[in-house]
Amino acid sequence: MENDVHILEKARQEWQEGPLAKALAKTPERENLQDGRIYTPLDVDTSYEGYVKKIGFPGQYPMTRGGQATMYRGRFWTMRSYSGFATAKETNERFRYLLKQGVTGLSVAFDMPTQIGYDSDHPFSDGEVGKVGVAIDSLEDMEALFEGIPLDKVSTSMTINSPAAVMLAMYQAVGEKQGVAPDKLRGTTQNDVLKEYIARGTYIYPPRPSMRLTANIFEYCKNVIPNWNTISLGAYHIREAGATPTQEIAFAFANAIEYIQTAIDAGLDIDDFAGRISWIFTADIRLLEEVAKFRAARRLWAKILRERFGAKKPSSWMLRVHVHTSGSVLTAQQPLNNVIRVSLQALGAVMGGTNSMATCAFDEALSIPTEESATLAVRTQQIIAYESGAADVVDPLAGSYYIENMTDRFESDAESLIQKIIDMGGAVAAIERGWMQNEISKSAYVQQMAVEDGKKTVIGVNKFTGNDRADVDLTSVDPVVQEIQIEKKKALMNRRDNVECQAALEALSAACRDEKVNLMPFILRAVKSYATLGEICDSMRKIFGEYEAVKTI
Amino acid sequence: MSEDKIRILVAKPGLDGHDRGAKIIAKAMSDAGFEVIYTGLRQTPEQIAAAATAEDVDVVAMSILSGAHNTLFPRVVQCLREREGQDILVIGGGVIPDKDIPFLKENGIAEVFTPGTPSREAVAWVKKAVEQKRLQQ
Repeated sequence: MENDVHILEKARQEWQEGPLAKALAKTPERENLQDGRIYTPLDVDTSYEGYVKKIGFPGQYPMTRGGQATMYRGRFWTMRSYSGFATAKETNERFRYLLKQGVTGLSVAFDMPTQIGYDSDHPFSDGEVGKVGVAIDSLEDMEALFEGIPLDKVSTSMTINSPAAVMLAMYQAVGEKQGVAPDKLRGTTQNDVLKEYIARGTYIYPPRPSMRLTANIFEYCKNVIPNWNTISLGAYHIREAGATPTQEIAFAFANAIEYIQTAIDAGLDIDDFAGRISWIFTADIRLLEEVAKFRAARRLWAKILRERFGAKKPSSWMLRVHVHTSGSVLTAQQPLNNVIRVSLQALGAVMGGTNSMATCAFDEALSIPTEESATLAVRTQQIIAYESGAADVVDPLAGSYYIENMTDRFESDAESLIQKIIDMGGAVAAIERGWMQNEISKSAYVQQMAVEDGKKTVIGVNKFTGNDRADVDLTSVDPVVQEIQIEKKKALMNRRDNVECQAALEALSAACRDEKVNLMPFILRAVKSYATLGEICDSMRKIFGEYEAVKTI
Repeated sequence: MSEDKIRILVAKPGLDGHDRGAKIIAKAMSDAGFEVIYTGLRQTPEQIAAAATAEDVDVVAMSILSGAHNTLFPRVVQCLREREGQDILVIGGGVIPDKDIPFLKENGIAEVFTPGTPSREAVAWVKKAVEQKRLQQ
C-alpha cells in the first residue's frame, strides 16, 4: 500500500508543478471558491476495511448509503406538497386536487394562530387567519380538512409543534369517525419545540413542560398509534434561519439527544421509541454539498444511537429524512428561476437518499402557491423519479473522492460541535443562554453580506439582474376567512355540550399539575367534546405558563 | 444637520416567527452606527408603538413574512398617532406582494422593502430620510 501512496503523491506533485502551475499562470482561478480544487484517493480512506466501517451497505450500520437495502428501487420517496391556506374546506379541495396529481402523502401547513394555540377570534390572530396555512379552531375544522380522504390510505405530515398533541388527538378523532382505528394511522407530527425557541418562533410553553408533552406523545403513540412518527426533528428551520450545514446537523442532533434523554429519564426504552423519530432537513442549492450532508448525517445519527444510547435495533439507528427544499434560496426577483433552483435542490435530496420530500413552488418568495405552481413542484419530483434515472441506483455518488471527503468532514465537524453543546450542559442550556440563536444569527449575517458584497452569486439578485418580476399570478387569502372562522366557532360553542367540555378542560388543567401523568388521553377527551384549540392550549397555559424569548441580535 | 445618532426600533409584529431578516436588518443598522432596539417576536401594534415612543426613536422598521402586513402595519401607524409619535418614520419589509405596496403607503408606511433588498440599501434609505426629516424640523 505504501508504495501505491508514493506513486500517487509523485503523480500529484508532477501535475501540480506541470499542468496546474501552467494553468494558474495563464488563468487565475475564480475568487470565492468554497471548497478544495480537486480530491483524489489521498483525501479519503480507500481501504476495504475503511469502506466497510464507514460506508458499508444500505440498510446496515452505519447507514451512510441509505436507510433501506434497495432504496428507491423498491419504492420512491414519499412525494408531498406542503399545503394549507384559508379554511379547512378550501385546503381540503387543494388536498384532493394534489392527490389526483399523484402526491403520495399529505403535508399540512397551519396558519400562525393555530401553530401558537390561538383561536381565530383571539385579538393576536387579527390579520393572520388562514394566511400561511389552514385555520383549525376545533375538531369540526379537522373533520372538514380530511372530508372524503380516507385516513387509512394516506400518510399525513403535520407541521405543528407546541400544539402537536392537540392536532394528533384531533387526527385520531377524525380517524375514529371514519372508522379507521388509531393503529392504522400513518403520518408525522413535527412536535419539535426546541427548534422553535432557536429558529422558528412558534413556541407556547417554556422548554421543560414542552419536553414533557413531547415525551407524552412518544409514550402514547407507542401504545395507541404505533405507526405514527412521533417527532420530526427540525434541522430545516435551523438552516433556513441562517445556519451552516454543519450547524444544521449539529444543533438538530443536540436537540434530539435532549429529547431522547428526557424520554429515557421518563422510563422509556430507547428501542421502543427511536424507530419513530423522523427528521426534516433542507435541501439547499449546493447540491453536492447537500448529498454529502445527508450521508454524513445518517452515519453520525447511527453512531449516536448505537454508541451513546445503546440502541440495539437497526431501525433505531436509521435517520428517517423528510426534505423540504430550501425556501430561503428562492428569490422574489425573476421568480421563474426558482423552478430550476427547486429542481437542483430536489435532485440533491434524491441523490442524498431522502425518504420523503416536499418541493417548494416557484412563487413562494412572493406568496403561498397557486394550484399551478404547486402542481409544477410535484411534477419536479416526478420527473426526477421517473425520468432522470437518479433514483435507479442506490447512493449513486458514493465513492466520489470529493463526496466521501466532504461526508467525512461534515461528520467530524458536526460531531465536535455537538460535543461543544454537551459540554455547555446540553441543548436546553444552550438555548436558554441564547447561544444557539446567536450562532445562527451570526451565520445568517455572514451569508447576507456575502451576497451583498458579491462574494456569493445569486442570479437575478446580484448578477444578471433585470426583468425583476415576471408576470405571475399570486394567491391571496381573503380577510373574510377570519370572519367565517369566528362565526363557525360561535355556532359550535352554542351547539356543543358545554358541561362536558368544561369538565374535560378542567381535568386537563388538573392533569398538567402532576408531571407523571400522560396528558394525551385528557387532550383527546377535550378534543372530542369540541373544546377549541385555544381553550385546550389555555388550560395548559394556566399551569405551564408561557415562554419568554431571550432576545438576541 | 443633527449630530445625534439615528435611533431605530426593529420590530416583529404579529405571530410570525421568521426573524432572520429582522435580525440581519438590526445588525446592519447597528453596524451603520445607528442605535438599534430589537423588540423580539410577537409584538402587538400597541406594544411596538409604546416601545417606539418610550425609546424616542426616529424610525420603526417592521418585518412580516406571514401575510398579515395589511392589517398590522397600518395599525402600528395608528397606534403611534395615538401616542403622538406621528413624526416617527415607519417602514416595513418581508414577503409583501407588489400590489399591496400602494395600500401600505396610503396608510402611512413610508417605504416597503421586498425580498432581496440589500441591507445597505435600507440603511442608506433610513439615513437619508431621517436627515431630511431633521432638516425640516
